[in-house]
Amino acid sequence: MSSAQIEIQLIASLVAIACAIPGTFLVLRKMAMISDAISHSILPGIVIGFFITQDLNSPLLILLAALTGIITVILVEYIQKTGLVKEDTAIGLVFPILFSIGVILIAKNANDIHLDVDAVLLGELAFAPFDRLLIAGVDVGPKSLWIIGSILLITIGLLLAFFKEVKVSTFDAGLAASLGFSPAVIHYGLMTVSSVTTVGAFDAVGAILVVALMIAPAATAYLLTTNLKRMLVYAICFGVFSAISGYWLAHFLDASIAGSITTMLGVIFLMVYLFAPSKGVIAVLYRERQQRTEVSLLTFLLHLRNHNEEEERHVNHLNEHINWQKVRSKTVLELALKNNMILIDNNIVSLTKKGKDFTSQAIDYIITNEDSKIEHMKDDFFLFRG
Amino acid sequence: MDITEYIQLVFTDYTLRTITLGTAILGAVTGMLGSFAVLRKQSLLGDAISHAALPGIAIAFLITGAKNSNVLLLGALISGLVGTFWIRGIIKRTHLKSDTALGLILSLFFGFGMLLLTFIQKQPNANQAGLDKYLFGQAATLVESDVWLMVIVTGACLIVLLLFWKEFKILLFDADYTKTLGFNTKFIDILITTFIVLAIVLGLQTVGVVLMSAMLLAPAAAARQWTNSLGIMVFLAAIFGAFSGVFGTAISASQNNLSTGPVIVIIAGVFVLISFIFSPSRGLLFKQIRFIKNRRDLQLHKTLAFMYHIAETHDDISHPHTIKILNNFQGFTKGTLQKLVDKHYVTLHGSDWSLTKEGFKTASNLYNQQSENNE
Repeated sequence: MSSAQIEIQLIASLVAIACAIPGTFLVLRKMAMISDAISHSILPGIVIGFFITQDLNSPLLILLAALTGIITVILVEYIQKTGLVKEDTAIGLVFPILFSIGVILIAKNANDIHLDVDAVLLGELAFAPFDRLLIAGVDVGPKSLWIIGSILLITIGLLLAFFKEVKVSTFDAGLAASLGFSPAVIHYGLMTVSSVTTVGAFDAVGAILVVALMIAPAATAYLLTTNLKRMLVYAICFGVFSAISGYWLAHFLDASIAGSITTMLGVIFLMVYLFAPSKGVIAVLYRERQQRTEVSLLTFLLHLRNHNEEEERHVNHLNEHINWQKVRSKTVLELALKNNMILIDNNIVSLTKKGKDFTSQAIDYIITNEDSKIEHMKDDFFLFRG
Repeated sequence: MDITEYIQLVFTDYTLRTITLGTAILGAVTGMLGSFAVLRKQSLLGDAISHAALPGIAIAFLITGAKNSNVLLLGALISGLVGTFWIRGIIKRTHLKSDTALGLILSLFFGFGMLLLTFIQKQPNANQAGLDKYLFGQAATLVESDVWLMVIVTGACLIVLLLFWKEFKILLFDADYTKTLGFNTKFIDILITTFIVLAIVLGLQTVGVVLMSAMLLAPAAAARQWTNSLGIMVFLAAIFGAFSGVFGTAISASQNNLSTGPVIVIIAGVFVLISFIFSPSRGLLFKQIRFIKNRRDLQLHKTLAFMYHIAETHDDISHPHTIKILNNFQGFTKGTLQKLVDKHYVTLHGSDWSLTKEGFKTASNLYNQQSENNE
């Protein structure tokens, strides 16, 4: 590994961490799309900042662009408050228009400035190590590393200082307000951090990847835990892991680093989405199927209890009357048999004593609809599952 | 270039005619379908889908190796649909909210698309140049066959809209009721979503991935302000969309260095702004005027009520009082007094005022009945 490679991976990892922290809160506050809006609408801010400073890495430009991000948030909130359109429409209106203004500003001054839209949207991490920061003539590392490093330090400092305030206002804005923490201050604080991070990172990784790095690790972590601290740690780990593995993927394919990092984020999300222990799709489908069987079993037992006639209790009749497919009626029948709920005698099904007790409890629950009634039935349900 | 000259050019110049027609049709169809997206609160879906279409374009190119725009659009359509249904899956199956799902799919698909695009660029294949026009769109690359494709899709979309009009409408406003009526809501839902995706994909070549969502939203959001009827809204949105296309093309054609996509979006934005401010029933301007009017009315009533309470203590209701005693009362201004005089509720004699019979009667009934004078 050359030193440039190490530096690229370092920058990518720092960006990932810096994005994961505000991203976690954005996802929890249901404001993920705001980060997308900010990442697009900083373009006019960057362009105007560039006219003034003539330097893509100057702190003034970052501040100006971050200001555009905050203006976006305020505009969206203002439009939403007028009640003319819904919030998502407001977001969808504001950022393309600001972005268009940015594109036109660039196009009209194409001769004077060294800046194109691709660079802003997509970034080029591979060039980051070539832009060195010189202090008194001494090379102290790439500029992006310093920029994103200081943004990260500020973010971590703010996070440590205001962790409980942010936490309370994220989960219960009303409680936060009554405890004396202004939700508005925290809201705009978070928006400011997100804007600054987006602007600081766009140069290295591009605006779209910033969105991916903010949302994807946090969303993935959210599928695995419901603990805020753990979610933050998981999100950071996923971010850093995909930053480094993405770099090597890009190295291997000779493709865009930003694209590869996003792809790695996508792969991780897909894995967790499918296989997460309790919230993954497979787990959810499995649970749904189990519950369906349980309900079927209950229906079946209740049906038996209601009918004494032999023809109603004939095995073949079940298919017609309760209208189950063959397979499921067989599963349910076996399950009930295994748990000693029913007896099958000459293809006539009848309830055992245990089955009768169970159904009367179930009816009790259905009639009263009290949670306490179902408590001891749950043990029986667990029996079925085993 | 003056306007008549430009209009003449639109009819004679092949490129300009194609682009103008193309953007107009595109604006109309996105406006039409955008109305449904906006009303279904799926405004940001357009943004997500247009980003999600990128890997489809790249994969279609990788498979066929040709830059046939129809094949690429098919790829975009498939990948847009995959993105849409994945978003739904995430919302339905997990506890992630819709905004997270949208942002996820948007950025992940786009990133993957970028990976593929850069991968293609490194391939030894001279054909690849120009795939990135789908990023920001280039209306200038429209040819007649593209316009024909748009016409066909718009026609299909119109037919489907007319055929399923009442189903779409009822699903839009009361999904549960639709289900109880026995309509196959899943089918209707998929149908309208597919058409929205189709419209977005069509627009990619013209305005590009990033700005497509505005094409979908802006005409619909503008049209929403003028009417409460779905039919009129769809119609208005189509017109706004078409005009944004035509004006946008005209402005970008008459200036140097202006790409069409952003100009169209800004024109559409201007439509939205005008609608927000000047729409008679919902617009901010008239709302503010109504607000001020109501406040004045209320003040008028307050002054009248105050006068009434003074006049009540006298046997003769037209007994004169000095204006001064009104001064310590909030709602009073010279203007309101003059207004009361104009309405013949009050007569003025120098610095004294007195209630007329009519004024007394109105004042005594002020809070008993809904007075008809809403002016």
